[in-house]
Amino acid sequence: MKILVPVKRVVDYNVKIRVRPGGSGIDLANVKMSMNPFDEIAVEEAVRIKEKGGASEIIAVSIGPAKAQETIRTALAIGADRGIHIETPDGALVEPLAVAKLLKSVVDAEKPDLVILGKQAIDDDCNQTGQMLAGLLGWPQGTFASKVVLDEGSVHVTREVDGGLETLKLKMPAVVTTDLRLNEPRYPSLPNIMKAKKKPLETKKPDDFGVDITPRLKVQNITEPATRKAGVRVDSVAELVEKLKTEAGVL
Amino acid sequence: MMTVLLLAEHTNDALNPATGKALSAARKLGGDIHVLVAGHNCRTAAEAAAQLSGVAKVLVADAPQLAHGLAEETAALIVPLMASYDTLVAPATASGKNVCPRVAAALDVMQISDITNVVSADTFERPIYAGNAIQIVQSPEAKRVVTVRTSAFPSAAEDGSASIEETTPPPAVGLSSFEKAELTTSDRPELASARIVVSGGRGLQSSENFKKFLEPVADRLGAALGASRAAVDAGFVPNDMQVGQTGKVVAPELYLAVGISGAIQHLAGMKDSKVIVAINKDGEAPIFQVADYGLVADLFQALPELEAELKKAGH
Repeated sequence: MKILVPVKRVVDYNVKIRVRPGGSGIDLANVKMSMNPFDEIAVEEAVRIKEKGGASEIIAVSIGPAKAQETIRTALAIGADRGIHIETPDGALVEPLAVAKLLKSVVDAEKPDLVILGKQAIDDDCNQTGQMLAGLLGWPQGTFASKVVLDEGSVHVTREVDGGLETLKLKMPAVVTTDLRLNEPRYPSLPNIMKAKKKPLETKKPDDFGVDITPRLKVQNITEPATRKAGVRVDSVAELVEKLKTEAGVL
Repeated sequence: MMTVLLLAEHTNDALNPATGKALSAARKLGGDIHVLVAGHNCRTAAEAAAQLSGVAKVLVADAPQLAHGLAEETAALIVPLMASYDTLVAPATASGKNVCPRVAAALDVMQISDITNVVSADTFERPIYAGNAIQIVQSPEAKRVVTVRTSAFPSAAEDGSASIEETTPPPAVGLSSFEKAELTTSDRPELASARIVVSGGRGLQSSENFKKFLEPVADRLGAALGASRAAVDAGFVPNDMQVGQTGKVVAPELYLAVGISGAIQHLAGMKDSKVIVAINKDGEAPIFQVADYGLVADLFQALPELEAELKKAGH
C-alpha cells in the first residue's frame, strides 16, 4: 500500500509575523520557515503505519518555491521514501483549489491508497485542501483525525468534532486530514537527516500537469488587526470581582 | 436577484445556535435566503430554522444517509442544488468546515473560509496567520462558497415563519459510514456561544484540578468551560474544550483565562472577547498583554478565593 503525504512550507509557528505597511502582505524576509505542524503530524502518521507493516511506500509532495525542497527533505528525514516537488514561482500564492488539482494529478499518476495531510495550514488558515482533493477524486474523507485505524479495504477515522469525537468508516482509497491529537511527531535523527539527502526527489512544474494556478480570489488588502491594549493589574481577588462588577459591568 | 443557500447546523431534533449567527452574515449579502436542513427525522430542526428572522424558505432533505452529516452525502446533495443559488453560506463549525470545501471543489470555485465581516456581496474580511493579519478578499467567481466565523456575528431573531419545502436527496454515495460518537455531555452553556467562558491551561496540572478548582468558579458564573491546547494535549480535558486558532473561536462578554500563558495560537481563539481576565503566577506571561484585568497569583489560592467572592456577591 502506498501513502501520499502532501506537506506545506509555512512561517514557523513560533514566529510573530509582521504585516507590511500599505496593506500589501506579510513580511517574509529572513523569517524562519518550517513544515506546517499539521503536515508533520501527517508524515508521522504515515511513517507509523509503514513501521507497523501497513504501508510499503510513503511519497511526500510539496507545492511551493525552490525552498519547499527543504520541507520535503524534512519529511524524508522523518521517514518518507521519496519526494515530489511541484515548483511554483517565488512569492506566488497558490490557493487550496489549485493545490488540490495538482495533488489530484499526482494521485492519478501514483495511485496511492491513502492521502494523509494536515487539516489546515497555519498561514492562510483555510482548512480546505484535503476536502477539496477528496471531492475532486470522488474519495471519502476523514477530516480532523485524532485516530486512524486501517482495516481490510477500509479505514476507521476518529474525528475531533465540536461536541467531542466521532468515528467514521471510509472505503479506501481515502483522504485523511490530521488534527493535533493524532500523534506527536518525532524529531528526525542526524543519521536519518543525512540519509534523507540521498533519497530520490523529483521536480515538476504545474504546467506538467496542465493545472492553472492563477489565484481565483483577489486579495485587496492585508492589515494588522486592531490591537488590544493591556489593561490593569489588580492586587487581589476581591479587587478583581469589584472591578468586574462596577467597572466592566460583566458580573 | 441573488439567492443564498444557508447550510443549517443541527442535531436533527434541534437547531444549533451557529445557524442563526451564520444567517446574520448571510443577510449582509442581500438577496433571498433559503436554509437547507439536511438530516434524518429532522423536522424539528427545520421548524426551528423556519422561525429564524429573514429566511424566505426552508429546504428539508431527509434521508438515512444524511443522519450524521457525512461530507460525501451532504456535498452530493448540495452540489446540484447550487444550480439555483449564487452563494453557499455555512457556519465554520466542524461540520461546515468538513462539507463546504468539497462542494466548492465540485463547483470549481475557491472557498472563502471563516469570514469575520461582509464588506459587500462578493468581498469579505477574514483572519489569517492565527488572526495576526486581516485579509480583505474579493471573489469574482460566478458562485461563492463562504464559511462564517460565528463569534463575529450576532444571533438572528426568531420571529420568522418561512415555508418548509421537501427536497429529494440523491441516492446514497455509500463511500463512508458513521460508526459511533463520543460526545461530551454537559449542563453548562455551549462554549461557542456562552456569555462567560472560564478557561484553564497547563497551570491547572491535572484533570482533577480542573474539577476541583475551575469548575466551581464556572458553576458560580453559569459559564462554559474552555481550555488551552496544552491542557487538552496533556489529557486534562477533552478536545471539544480547546479554544484557539485550530480549536474553537469564542468572543464572550467575559473570558477568564486561568493558568494559561497565552501563546498566539490561543489568543487567536479568544482575543475578541469583550472583557478578558487573566490569572497567572508568571507576571511576564503574554496573556497579560491582552488582558483587561490581570492578577498575578497562584491559581490554587486565587480560584477558591474567587469562588468565595462570587458567592458573597450573590452568584
